[in-house]
Amino acid sequence: MDVLQLQRKLREHQAAMIREGFLDDQFSQLQKLQDESSPDFVIEVVKMFFDDSENLLNNMTRALGQVPVDFKQVDAHVHQYKGSSASVGAARVKNVCATFRNFCEAQNLEGCVRCLQQLQHEYSLLKNNLQYLFRLQEEIQAAGGSIPTIE
Amino acid sequence: MNQVMERDGIISEEVHVLAVDDSLVDRKVIERLLKISSCKVTVVDSGISALQLLGLDEQRTTSESDDFVGLKVDLIITDYCMPGMTGYDLLKKIKGSSTFREIPVVIMSSENILPRIDRCLEEGAKDFIVKPVKLSDVKRLKNYMSTTTREVSAAAGGFGGGGGGGGGINKRKLSDTINSDDMSSSPPSISSSITPSSSSSPSDSSSPSPSPLSSPIRALDSPIRRLKMSGAD
Repeated sequence: MDVLQLQRKLREHQAAMIREGFLDDQFSQLQKLQDESSPDFVIEVVKMFFDDSENLLNNMTRALGQVPVDFKQVDAHVHQYKGSSASVGAARVKNVCATFRNFCEAQNLEGCVRCLQQLQHEYSLLKNNLQYLFRLQEEIQAAGGSIPTIE
Repeated sequence: MNQVMERDGIISEEVHVLAVDDSLVDRKVIERLLKISSCKVTVVDSGISALQLLGLDEQRTTSESDDFVGLKVDLIITDYCMPGMTGYDLLKKIKGSSTFREIPVVIMSSENILPRIDRCLEEGAKDFIVKPVKLSDVKRLKNYMSTTTREVSAAAGGFGGGGGGGGGINKRKLSDTINSDDMSSSPPSISSSITPSSSSSPSDSSSPSPSPLSSPIRALDSPIRRLKMSGAD
């Protein structure tokens, strides 16, 4: 596949991710911060986000497994995750976190467990989609092309 | 050695911002936002670390009495929700210090809670940013940032005590009963004339007199309130 085809694929994939709500405008904001002085900025932030995600999801799982459940503790983790997902533009993850927080406040264990499962699912989808995005970018760069940004 | 920048024909030092956030992702983002806006940045993960760097931690009450040279900053931007010391606690500590109260403090929060915003502004916060932070938010901050704040902190109530870029004036309106002591002899025009891009706040041209002005001024003049009421972003 040549550079032009790869660039088209990348643009389409980015547009689809936005259309389907995986990413919002904040992701575009991050892309604006990337330049020659910080050429891997977006990938670096996203990698941090992935680490953060795995950490927080583990914490939530552990907290929900306690007897009795400390909902304030669970909420603290969800609050953190909501914050970092908002910062990278991970809209679907952020939205599930919002619902999750409501269940924490209501001390609804079943609701919380469902939300955690949803979060794990959304995170997994997002990770796969972003990794595909970054792979396309790598291929384009390797072929000597430039990365089209979301406008 | 501080980097020197030329802007609009005026040679000035880069503004130095201290950013405080317990989230790794947010620290990375705010650092980049500030650097791309030509600021020198120091990032820490807690209020305690921030106080230690400034030289305002529990071990000492003032940085003047010993050889410790604290970090010289022109603006502090801090997250609100942090374990241990919140951004609000940090704000109070800074505004409660005669050496550091001149430094503008901006609060960031993922939650758009009006009473929280009010409380921070009343305590002397210069601005309140609802996360996620964007480039346009940081550009707005640059209006408050001036390297003259650094000299003001060092002078602590001397000739240069007018505050950086109009910041002292705003703060005076909100909390002048707390800070009126070292404001009375300070002509505000000094800082406005040094800063090429002075603050857009209408309070710049007002009298430096510490006479209490009614607080409802902030309801309309506060940039944050205006933004939130108009829904502008």
